[in-house]
Amino acid sequence: MSGPANAGFWRMWRWPLTLGLLSASGLLTALVSDGWGDWWAWLGLGVPVAVMAWFAWVPAKRRA
Amino acid sequence: MNSRKVKAWTWIHKWSSLVCTVFMLLLCLTGLPLIFHHEIGHLLGTEVEAPDLPKDTPRASLDTVMEVAQALHPGKVPMFASHEIDDDRFWYVTLGDTPTSEAGNKTVAVDARTAGVLAQPKFDEGFMYIMFKLHVDLFAGLAGKLFLGSMGLLLLVAIVSGVVLYAPFMRKLDFGAVRQNRPRAKWLDLHNLLGIVTLVWAFTVGATGMINTWADLVIKYWQYDQLSALLAPYQGQKPPARLASVQQAASSAAALAPEMKMAFIAFPGTAFSSPHHYTVFLRGNEPFNSRLLKPVLVDAGTNALTASPPLPWYLTALLVSQPLHFGDYGGMPMQILWALLDIATIIVLGSGLYLWITRRNPAAAMKRAKAATAPDARARPHKAPGGAA
Repeated sequence: MSGPANAGFWRMWRWPLTLGLLSASGLLTALVSDGWGDWWAWLGLGVPVAVMAWFAWVPAKRRA
Repeated sequence: MNSRKVKAWTWIHKWSSLVCTVFMLLLCLTGLPLIFHHEIGHLLGTEVEAPDLPKDTPRASLDTVMEVAQALHPGKVPMFASHEIDDDRFWYVTLGDTPTSEAGNKTVAVDARTAGVLAQPKFDEGFMYIMFKLHVDLFAGLAGKLFLGSMGLLLLVAIVSGVVLYAPFMRKLDFGAVRQNRPRAKWLDLHNLLGIVTLVWAFTVGATGMINTWADLVIKYWQYDQLSALLAPYQGQKPPARLASVQQAASSAAALAPEMKMAFIAFPGTAFSSPHHYTVFLRGNEPFNSRLLKPVLVDAGTNALTASPPLPWYLTALLVSQPLHFGDYGGMPMQILWALLDIATIIVLGSGLYLWITRRNPAAAMKRAKAATAPDARARPHKAPGGAA
């Protein structure tokens, strides 16, 4: 199942998929638990927010 | 994806977004203060604060609480008595001209221990009320709600088509690349980045918001679907002329499920009850079921327990969709994240609009270029060959 097409898919979608799964898990865990569930939700929604801020504000040159 | 498919998806994305963008911007902007409505109410001094009393202070009878509230508004009938989800130290008593009236309702906050009046909050005026109405129904009642719900549906279409278009647009770019050389490229990249990262959150909040616009209809359906069967024995009877003790109704309902907490009591004739019943809504006391309600119908004339029908799936779906829309189930950090994701969505909407306004339109661009070089067509030395003019 691996090949150049698959590698291209993975290169494009690994970040969106990771951040999407993080968000979804965070949205759900806070519903079921007020302890670890809330903490995971803050992480799961906080990482996508941090990723947006990083790419939007830190210039590409400094990132490298 | 071939270019015909890209074209079709682009068309879907463009039009679904264009139609809903203005309303989505309005919803994002008005939703921002609503995320913090408790904190803002606290700052404005409009939030009801019950005094701290020893935990074992006996609670006042609900009958007294209702009397106290009704004495302030003679002539109005009781509609609801409710607790905040995390504060049972006071009751909100809602009174209206009729059990189903939507305008001119009065709310009295009554201390649940001392039966003293704590406040008479005005839920129908002020900045937060305007934000709330613009967010929920555009001051247009059910029609406004359903309209905003249809805009929400278009948002979901825009999100899905946007995800489909992400691949062809990002084929040559790394994730997160924001080209700085041209403003249009920069905003396109930001649109793609923020759009794909907020995807799950925006879809969740959009879909649950849309479900919330159907709340009135869902509750009406519940009456028809479940309450009508329970009301068959009451056929031909008039609603009770004198209501039995609401405290006793609440107590016998609570005794059915001692581990649950009181959420609210719907008085006879309201949308959440029947003409013959108090309907007592109990909520779970664990995080996973604190949003779910258990209705208990108590005969309002005799105080006999009538039934406790299980919550149907459509009401469960409605109740679960509410926290997922409000972002009020993970403390202050979650509220702040909700606000930041909301702002990111505003940027996605705004950049989308910008990209549409500055779109490459070959015909218009040529016209502008011609107009700039030859302001007066008659001054041109040569006519274009083959022109009709």
